[in-house]
Amino acid sequence: MSTLEIRGLEVSVNTDKGAIEILKGVDLVIRSGETHAIMGPNGSGKSTLAYSIAGHPKYTVTGGSVTLDGLDVLAMKVDERAKAGLFLAMQYPVEVPGVSVSNFLRTAVTALRGDAPKLRTWVGEVKAAMNALNMDPGFSERSVNEGFSGGEKKRHEIMQLELLKPKIAILDETDSGLDVDALRIVSEGVNRAKVANDLGVLLITHYTRILRYIKPDFVHVFANGHIVEEGGPELADKLEEKGYAEYVSS
Amino acid sequence: MSVLATNYLTPTGREEAWRFTPLNRLAGLHDGTSTSVNRKSLTLRGDVRPGVNTTRISRELVASVSESNDAIVTRVQAEAEDVFIVDIAADTHLPEPVSLYRATGGVDGAELSRVRISIGENSTASVIMENSGSAILGEDVEILVGPGAHLTFVTLQEWTNDSVHAARHHAILDRDSTFKSTTVTVGGSLVRLLPTVEFSGPGSFAELSGVYFATAGQHLEHRIHIDHGIAHAKSRVNYKGALSGEGAHTVWIGDVFIRSAAEGTDTYELNRNLLLSDGARADSVPNLEIETGEIIGAGHASTTGRFDDEQLFYLMSRGIPMDEARRLVVRGFFAEIISHIEDEQIQDRLMGRIDSELAKVGH
Ligand SMILES: Nc1ncnc2c1ncn2[C@@H]1O[C@H](COP(=O)(O)OP(=O)(O)OP(=O)(O)O)[C@@H](O)[C@H]1O
Ligand SMILES: [Mg+2]
Repeated sequence: MSTLEIRGLEVSVNTDKGAIEILKGVDLVIRSGETHAIMGPNGSGKSTLAYSIAGHPKYTVTGGSVTLDGLDVLAMKVDERAKAGLFLAMQYPVEVPGVSVSNFLRTAVTALRGDAPKLRTWVGEVKAAMNALNMDPGFSERSVNEGFSGGEKKRHEIMQLELLKPKIAILDETDSGLDVDALRIVSEGVNRAKVANDLGVLLITHYTRILRYIKPDFVHVFANGHIVEEGGPELADKLEEKGYAEYVSS
Repeated sequence: MSVLATNYLTPTGREEAWRFTPLNRLAGLHDGTSTSVNRKSLTLRGDVRPGVNTTRISRELVASVSESNDAIVTRVQAEAEDVFIVDIAADTHLPEPVSLYRATGGVDGAELSRVRISIGENSTASVIMENSGSAILGEDVEILVGPGAHLTFVTLQEWTNDSVHAARHHAILDRDSTFKSTTVTVGGSLVRLLPTVEFSGPGSFAELSGVYFATAGQHLEHRIHIDHGIAHAKSRVNYKGALSGEGAHTVWIGDVFIRSAAEGTDTYELNRNLLLSDGARADSVPNLEIETGEIIGAGHASTTGRFDDEQLFYLMSRGIPMDEARRLVVRGFFAEIISHIEDEQIQDRLMGRIDSELAKVGH
């Protein structure tokens, strides 16, 4: 049982023209097994929240705290956060030329587990994970994300989620760019990880469609750098119908 | 032993071709002050194969087939006592590379070495030249690619850090031929290579690729020169370098000339440099001169930068520590070129070398 606790988180982004304040006090608690959806207008700071938890160097935390089971996440290096059990499926996964998917995955799992997995079982695990996400086995030998289509990149993120077995996962617009079949396949992957690892999920999305597959326990409305409303799944339907006007104008 | 004489080509360091080179570190190769020792170090590895003839012939019997105004190359042409010949007959298809290496060395004198590689009509072969150990070497390699032939040419500079190596690899491509070269330079105090190409027949294709990795105090220079003097030839250049440590200096010059007769030319050259630390310097100068508008394409790109933070973040967010992430990125950076070297042992050795260079500089 794990708990990710975000308290009063304030974050600014470093730009050429100085720091710009983006997150203005975010409070959120995610426990193992729970699924939280975050919805909010473009530019409201959702990805900033995701990146800040993962430790992207572009962002500076200016206030508040993030803890995982009481441990100070903000004091950890990026790789230490992953070792502590955090995972971020990125909105725009990064291409790493010349580094094959299989080498990348083996290096990551070795770092996370502390020693190299047995080759035969690991190859089997990877094959099964690819197969489950309808990915061609040929992806193993391709460079990480290089030349992947938008949807292929997202499948690759969820494949990592299944293989690396984090405690808490943040999914930043994993549904964007997926066709209807891929949306179902990817959602099933997330649900498998939830069952297998009692995963806690923070799911950032613009659409209610994915919420039909991955049922949220809580829905949070994010606007102007913080959470402005919270509710159950019904809140998502209301947002789909009415938009964010009432939150943005205030 | 003989002492070289200076002549009008002797560089002063002000010439465009020499302005990046620290002349005082050339061990006298450029101005004739080096003492030459005829080591005959170039050696064929393994057995002689059918269709391949290797011999040494005295220099009077083998005139150079190309010109050069490089002081060291002209000296090698004038002074080397013999020429190492690799002759691949016409219609020969070699399943295994012809592998050459330097069996002896030393920095007590300079070896001047002339090499002639020729591949006959419609043949397919690879030639690998491995340079390792310690040496002062001035070298001129002429490569004649016959009509319809396909030659892969790999040179490895894995010298010790007191070595000095100045060489020209000059390829002449006859019609419908393909010449693919990969140049790897990771060792040496000063290495200055001139991979140059000219075309003697249409429809041919030259692909020059290379990687170099300079650490503290190393000067690694590659001056590509492609002379499109004939219609309908194609060339591609792709060199990648990494630098780390105080005084690490690399120079990449990409001169491509498209002469008025060279209609239908298609050329593109690319150089990327990765700066892994402060105190290192990468000079990169692509240069395209075009005398005809009737071409398919001509372009170049050159970039020099540091690690991509986004790539490192992505890898680290999966639990991979910083030093490991950097190693993956650098290996990946070079893999594009090294993975195309046919010999897996050489691939592994080079990747191992890159790892140890990285380890040395604390990544
Ligand atoms: N380098 C930067 N310079 C200026 N503004 C920046 C920079 N990086 C981020 N921002 C701003 O931070 C704000 C929050 O961006 P963020 O990516 O977190 O939004 P988001 O809620 O994820 O949006 P979307 O729904 O479009 O993905 C945006 O207004 C964005 O323009
Ligand atoms: Mg976003």
